[in-house]
Amino acid sequence: MSDEIAIQVENVSKDFVLPHEKVSSVKGLFTGATKRQKGNDIQHALHEIGFEVKHGEFFGIVGRNGSGKSTLLKILAGIYQPTAGRVQTHGKLVPFIELGVGFNPELTGRENVFLNGAMLGFSHKEIAAMYNEIVNFAELERFMDQKLKNYSSGMQVRLAFSMATRAQADILLVDEVLAVGDADFQRKCFDYFRQLKKNKKTVILVTHDMGAVREYCDRAIMLEKSEIVAHGLPSKVATEYTRMFMEQSESGRGNDRDEKRWGDGVITYTDVRVTPKQLKGSQALNIKLTAVAKETVERPIFGFLIKNAAFTNILGSNSQIIRQRIDQLAAGQSIDMEWTVPNIFNDGHYYVDPAISYKNGSQIADWWEEATEFTVFKEDKTPYIVNPDLEFNYTLEQPK
Amino acid sequence: MALLWHTISCSSIGLQIEYREVQKLRQRYRYSIILLKQLVKTDFKLRYQGSVLGYVWSLLRPLFLFAILYVVFGVFLKAKGNIPHYPVYLLLGIVLWNYFVEVTSGSVGAIVGRGDLLRKINFPKYVIILAGSFSAFINLILNFIVIAILMAITNVSVSWQALLLIPLIAELFIFSIALAFFLSALYVKFRDVSYIWEVIMQAAFYATPILYPLTYVPHRYAKLMLLNPMAQIIQDGRHVLVTPASQTIGDFWGGDKWIWAFPIGFSLIIAGLASMYFRGRSKYFAEEV
Repeated sequence: MSDEIAIQVENVSKDFVLPHEKVSSVKGLFTGATKRQKGNDIQHALHEIGFEVKHGEFFGIVGRNGSGKSTLLKILAGIYQPTAGRVQTHGKLVPFIELGVGFNPELTGRENVFLNGAMLGFSHKEIAAMYNEIVNFAELERFMDQKLKNYSSGMQVRLAFSMATRAQADILLVDEVLAVGDADFQRKCFDYFRQLKKNKKTVILVTHDMGAVREYCDRAIMLEKSEIVAHGLPSKVATEYTRMFMEQSESGRGNDRDEKRWGDGVITYTDVRVTPKQLKGSQALNIKLTAVAKETVERPIFGFLIKNAAFTNILGSNSQIIRQRIDQLAAGQSIDMEWTVPNIFNDGHYYVDPAISYKNGSQIADWWEEATEFTVFKEDKTPYIVNPDLEFNYTLEQPK
Repeated sequence: MALLWHTISCSSIGLQIEYREVQKLRQRYRYSIILLKQLVKTDFKLRYQGSVLGYVWSLLRPLFLFAILYVVFGVFLKAKGNIPHYPVYLLLGIVLWNYFVEVTSGSVGAIVGRGDLLRKINFPKYVIILAGSFSAFINLILNFIVIAILMAITNVSVSWQALLLIPLIAELFIFSIALAFFLSALYVKFRDVSYIWEVIMQAAFYATPILYPLTYVPHRYAKLMLLNPMAQIIQDGRHVLVTPASQTIGDFWGGDKWIWAFPIGFSLIIAGLASMYFRGRSKYFAEEV
């Protein structure tokens, strides 16, 4: 069962025909026929997309706004028809393009539960049986006989989400409904995701949140300009995604950004080595650095920074922070250094930026972005930024 | 041997696929029925929400229209001619016509009005039209209660012929919903449809013998008028329920028996074409609304 295909997408393309001015009146049809010099714009929303999702997989679709991911989701949901290619779905599919589909502000909370339930494919009887659960989960017991228009937006989302969690489907399509709501609500969403994952549901998640991709997805694809540009492990796709944004913001900053190393060069690193390249278990990380001075520099500060694949700075330090004063580096003199870093890292890929500054940190001699990299394998994965070895003790009170 | 084996495995796969199709079909209709019930219910809840008299309005509205038309046409203009039980005759015509208007005019914007929903979830679109039709149908039944009361008051005798009303109402249902499918799908592309249909309905109200007996109309026009399914349904309905004085297609096309089937055949053809058109277009509703 788990190896069976849940959704197969074959060469799907989608074009939207955008008339310059929409002909939506009969007069427009006639006058438009006489002066059709303008023609239509065809927007290629998706171009030959192909992938498959297996049963029980948690599959991520990432991409920038306008990359075609929402169109793809709507095609998967059967809302749009592909212009070419086809989508085969095996199993009952429920889309959550938006929460609370069909909610009507003029109806009471109770009535909306039945209405939305019908949209999700539940009969009146089925909803009635789980009505209390839905209401309790939404924490709206006292409000169910009020009209929905009198609900706060938070209450509406809670009710809608509570409905969504009841959906009986083999395949769930989830758009970024998670982006809305407060921290408490987001926590509930993530709990729900974990539950889906535990129950081996097939989930297709469209999101901007690379943390969610890394944490929940088994595989992911990235769309860019209507095509799949990355495909595979979520960490790889998430890295690509972050990189794409980096590149864009860099190219926005100017041409000198091609070089990922800067500084006035009075002292430069000549060698940067990280051992081991693949860090396992509780092994410590060694960073060995060699630097050479071109000119004599007073009180240089040697430091480094470790970034994860999403380019979040994880940790960093320098000789000044750990109170190791180096008074002077004379012209031509070299220095060998070694940092030992405990393995607090989470599973994933990391970059090391070594740096040298002087004049109390105000002047950069050498800053070398991503000079080297390493990978960490952790048996026990957590979705958080760091994952150090922790100790846990407990005492169980004797039963009386 | 290998060939035989191949044939067997192929046919078993065929059966499996067939079985799966049946399951799928059942699943699909289950969803449609659930949705249909809920949409009709919602429609009823919302329709007269906030009004004091509520559902009573669905009875009062045609009754007021009836009262006005009765006074103007029945009393002042003496339009009733030689029709016995003219009030019931008129009311039945109005009620049937109202149903037709409610279904067709009501559904023109139905698909576009649900655009928000269409863009978020895939569901059988015909349910929207069906729901509108059923809501109107419930109204029709309620109105028939009023007709029954009026018939009792005015001493209209009912014969077994009244049962023929059932197939007539079925015809009305099909003809109305067929136009509803067509209009609602067309409106997605051309918003002029609502205005055009409004004008057509105004003309059709007078082109259909609702207020006046057909004897007032020159014979050859009356002949043509009865080819309109609405005219045929209303006249037949009056004939079987109220008075044999209501002239039907048989009175005008006595010799050409095949013509009798024309309005029914026309309704069925329209229904076939309209549902094909709707089916074809419905895939693209989400992008076009």
